[in-house]
Amino acid sequence: MSLLQVESLSKKFGGLNAVDDLSFDIQPGAVYSIIGPNGAGKTTLLNLLTGIYRPSGGRIVFGEYDLTGRAPYEYAGHGIARTFQNLQVFFNMSAIENVMVGRYLHERCGLASALLRAPRLARAEKVCRDEAAELMRYVGLHSYLSVAADAMPYGALKRLEIARALATKPKLMLLDEPAAGLNPTEALELDDLIGRLSERGVTVVLVEHNMRLVMGVSNHILVLDYGRKLAEGSATAIRNDPKVIEAYLGSTVAHEGPVGGAITSAVAVAGETRR
Amino acid sequence: MAALATVIALLPLALSNNYFYDIAVLVGLNAIVCVGLNLLIGYAGQISLGHAGFFGLGAYGSAILASRYGWPPLAAMLTTTLAVAALAFVVGRPILRLKGHYLAMATLGLGVIIFMVITTEDKFTGGPDGIAVVPFRIGGLVLQGERIWYWLVGALLLVAVWLALNLIESPMGRALRALHGSEVGAEVVGINAADHKVMVFVISAVFASVAGSLAAHYSGFVTPGKVTFLHSIELVTMVVFGGMASTFGAVVGAAVLTTLPQLLTVFKDYEMMVFGAVMMGTMIFLPRGVVPSLARLFQTGRRRDAAKEDGA
Amino acid sequence: MSAQFMQYLLTGLTVGAIYALVALGFSIIFNASHVINFAQGEFVMIGGMATVSLTASGLPYLLAIPLAIVAAALVGLALEKFAVEPARGASVVTLIIITIGASIFLRGLAMLVWDKNLHALKPFTGDTPIAVAGATILPQSMWVLGVTLVIVLALTWFFGRTLLGKAMLATSHNHLAAQLVGINVRLVLFLSFGLSAALGAIAGILIAPITTTSYDVGVMLGLKGFAAAILGGMGSGVGAVIGGLVLGIAETMSAGYLSSAYKDVIAFVIILAVLFFMPSGLFGKRGGERV
Repeated sequence: MSLLQVESLSKKFGGLNAVDDLSFDIQPGAVYSIIGPNGAGKTTLLNLLTGIYRPSGGRIVFGEYDLTGRAPYEYAGHGIARTFQNLQVFFNMSAIENVMVGRYLHERCGLASALLRAPRLARAEKVCRDEAAELMRYVGLHSYLSVAADAMPYGALKRLEIARALATKPKLMLLDEPAAGLNPTEALELDDLIGRLSERGVTVVLVEHNMRLVMGVSNHILVLDYGRKLAEGSATAIRNDPKVIEAYLGSTVAHEGPVGGAITSAVAVAGETRR
Repeated sequence: MAALATVIALLPLALSNNYFYDIAVLVGLNAIVCVGLNLLIGYAGQISLGHAGFFGLGAYGSAILASRYGWPPLAAMLTTTLAVAALAFVVGRPILRLKGHYLAMATLGLGVIIFMVITTEDKFTGGPDGIAVVPFRIGGLVLQGERIWYWLVGALLLVAVWLALNLIESPMGRALRALHGSEVGAEVVGINAADHKVMVFVISAVFASVAGSLAAHYSGFVTPGKVTFLHSIELVTMVVFGGMASTFGAVVGAAVLTTLPQLLTVFKDYEMMVFGAVMMGTMIFLPRGVVPSLARLFQTGRRRDAAKEDGA
Repeated sequence: MSAQFMQYLLTGLTVGAIYALVALGFSIIFNASHVINFAQGEFVMIGGMATVSLTASGLPYLLAIPLAIVAAALVGLALEKFAVEPARGASVVTLIIITIGASIFLRGLAMLVWDKNLHALKPFTGDTPIAVAGATILPQSMWVLGVTLVIVLALTWFFGRTLLGKAMLATSHNHLAAQLVGINVRLVLFLSFGLSAALGAIAGILIAPITTTSYDVGVMLGLKGFAAAILGGMGSGVGAVIGGLVLGIAETMSAGYLSSAYKDVIAFVIILAVLFFMPSGLFGKRGGERV
């Protein structure tokens, strides 16, 4: 059974169809990428898939649950986690506390036990902190274990969001442009991290512009343009799809001539060159 | 926490007569409200310009049930508190969907409506003149007099602070701070923002209501004077002055801003001006509040010393 | 239409016009700075009280009124310069407390400069009620309505036709873009406080002959003007005017037909109702957070 089924999903903002009649499936264990030119509706799609936006039409089914129209915390409760393009880090807390918040769903903490400082809370806190530290090490943030969130560099913050998302023990992780603003070394580390996430059993969906990363790490790619599905398939198939090339580069350039040919091969080469 | 207990225990040594005890009791009562309000404003990042309304409901509820209907004060207080909690719960949901200025305005409106109802329904509430309140009784024991109340309020303040600190240090407290940091970020890790905001709102309303009930019994009468928009502002200022996201800051803020007008009675006519100036000045120069700003100064001082030691 | 209804309507429009002026003041400042100026009501008070003192010391209305307006405007400018500007970029709570502190400060100051008594101003052109459609209207009310109309028209011209006005509008839509095209945003902010103060003062002067004035008349008027601004949609000039008129009429009607004891509550019930069901008001912009 598919992990996530999206059926005829659409989202309108006034007269604009940000997402238009979109349907696709995500299988468990895959690394799935969503690409497309700016404004294609990628972040809107992620917002829909985490309940931040309500769909104007269509359905979102996760496992056997219809999550259409539910609140974000319910999506999280079912095992969907995400990171943000514009960081939504809790700058008023320390780095490790950010990750600890991620464990919220797994800490049964009632109001009474909170107010009265039940003894089991202290033990649970220690476990929570240890696990958060472990997650931070896992994503490569060992040097930030006792640092405040607002003292961390951009690249580290992006990884902090990943650690926080992991703390929710998700089945599906949606990463919104995790490589944006990263230098090539950091991007390679991210590539490695995504691979390890997959090994950990988390299905990853990546929204990205960094083609090298996308082509290297994905099993399956979905291309969006103007909120609609433009193409879908394996990395190789997408790389060579004329519609995709046209959407990115424009029709007069894409097909004919030495320039078009050169660019097409460049895209192909980008996909080959990794590791 | 131990420090606070020590202060409360030792303060009477400095208090020479009943007038000072009276101020201390007032400080304590305001502090209880502020500790609760601080959870809402400082930790959860919301705002309320109407908390005097909850204080007033607590005061009038206790006053009416105990004095008019002869209920035992403890039962009156408990019932009133539950009623206020219910009100806060019902109103909290729609109000806390709002943010920023709109939330401020809505809470302001709520507080003013409460004030107006109290002032207008004078058959019930005695209108602008208020009503007298019987002294506080537990069983057969009558609690009256500044010194007894000092210890009672002091103990309750300690309880309030203890509860607040417990909440803050729990996973729930972390969730509240996360909400403050980024509501969206908190939601996507599974925190139900609406529920949590309402919860904190209700808790802060309960603190205010209990303080109000106690204040009614302590002073022996209630009037609408403490239920005004101005009092709501004073409470918010105490919290912000003392330091947001600092429970002790809330207590300090309450202490300073409750005693300040007493000191200012020397400047009787200038009192309003000075109070307003203090409000503006603190917010402009010490926007994080007194306690965190002082803590920072202390920390930078230490860091500078440490740097010097490292042979800078 | 009964005479009573007409009476309520006229009174409501008069009161509503005052609320509209105060609401306009709120909107102008909010547009320029996203600050809700809780001291707006005090400008109303200053206008009325200053005129009282100036006329008491022998000046004719023609001199006293402009001077009072200027005085209020100066206070508004001082408020911006000394209280708001130093706190640019502070959080919402901080700014709210600052303007509330300013309002308390100004009220304390007013208490000293003047006193705590109620004061009356003489109506501009006498106090013989005029009969209109079975009801009566005071000449002063005609002044209120007339001046408000003139002001609304003047502001429409100002914001629509003059360079400065358009600069202020541009700033309200987008600070950064306005700065990038060379608009001095700080000056705009500065002037908007002055302008709002002047509007408030005019409202105070107009209404003083009808309702008397005192050092704390600004509190309620400020809050109700705010209610009107929210009803109309925070930041919308049209909304402020319509909101003010609607609030005034609603208040008078409910006081007349339902319960006069709860007259003042209407404004706040409206605030809550609007905020619960229609937060952007009648004409306001719908906001949305970009994630």
